[in-house]
Amino acid sequence: MSNSEQTNNYRRKFLAQSAAVAGLAIAPGIILNQVAHTKADADKVTDATRWGMLIDTNKCNKGCTDCVTACKTENAWGMGETHSSKEQQAQWIRKVTITDKQTGHVQSLPLMCQHCETAPCVDVCPTGASMKRADGIVQVDKHICIGCRYCMMACPYKARSFVHEKIELQKPTAPRGIGTVESCNMCAHRVDKGENPACVEACSKAEHGAMIFGDLKDANSAISIELKKHGGEQIRADLGLNTGVRYQGL
Amino acid sequence: MMSIRQFAKHLVVLVGLTALPMLSNAGELGPVPPKAKANASDTTKCVEPIGEMRKNHMEFLLHKRDETMREGVRTKQHSLTECIACHVTPNDKGEYARFGDDEHFCSSCHNYAAVNVDCFDCHSDLPEDASNKLRSSKNPHQNMTEGGKK
Repeated sequence: MSNSEQTNNYRRKFLAQSAAVAGLAIAPGIILNQVAHTKADADKVTDATRWGMLIDTNKCNKGCTDCVTACKTENAWGMGETHSSKEQQAQWIRKVTITDKQTGHVQSLPLMCQHCETAPCVDVCPTGASMKRADGIVQVDKHICIGCRYCMMACPYKARSFVHEKIELQKPTAPRGIGTVESCNMCAHRVDKGENPACVEACSKAEHGAMIFGDLKDANSAISIELKKHGGEQIRADLGLNTGVRYQGL
Repeated sequence: MMSIRQFAKHLVVLVGLTALPMLSNAGELGPVPPKAKANASDTTKCVEPIGEMRKNHMEFLLHKRDETMREGVRTKQHSLTECIACHVTPNDKGEYARFGDDEHFCSSCHNYAAVNVDCFDCHSDLPEDASNKLRSSKNPHQNMTEGGKK
């Protein structure tokens, strides 16, 4: 590279940066992460975003199951599976209570698909049905799921369920059917519209505010700011899965 | 050996017998799918020309399902949800036909042609408001029950 070309490159970079700063200064009132996430219906999801969730177990109310109820209502599960045992019935999200035997400290937290970056369920799927979207949402493509349940065995969080019986009256946004595996998909249909997942919305409606949803790749999103400030743990961090769902106060 | 006259008699009887069911069904040859709620636009009836839809709707749906499922494309064109919302309509009494009934838009043809589809093993065969109503009438306490293992 000649000297003059190098100088031009420096100038270009400097100009681009000052333009970006000017852009910030023009509209200080705009919340940048919201602008960045407006996705048109025709747009494909990209890896410029990685959706994540942060759950503060200290804010999570022990008796409250609003997130579970909201998930059931949104995705129409938890009813009608009359021939399945409790262990067989679908469960996209559940409340877990942990007691520290030493201190007697009791914690309560919602547990669902952790949306791993290197998801074991995606790894083991023989058909490619268990998949991760470009924006980090892990889900099952039931069109090609053969119901082998390898993913259920591979998941360290026990997040997936197998549908054992004929289902009817599904939600158009949450197709569910016999012979396929299913799990939390972070309400992809809502996220694509720019809304929060149903559980997060229910949590803030109940004024607990224990769940934050947002883009982990956007440094200005509420979730990234909170994670940078106070950190967040992964459940079974030893597995190195880089989960999209993080917890505080564990 | 049969004389020509006898043969003609038999032929007339045979033709008459085969024509009977056709005559009783006069004007209703083939399936009669119910009318859609509305035209797709002022100039077009459906999202593609009708002949094209009859022949290739499965290709459109197949293409759209992967785009939506895997890439988050949420356009309404070729979306199964939109097909159902527009084509599955209530009868005079306000009741909805279910998939499998001859009156249901999809099964009206699929029953006739004896072509099985498994779309509705997972997808709802009713528009959202109709299935919501049925669901809550079947299980009015759905929001209070706690399914699955705690």
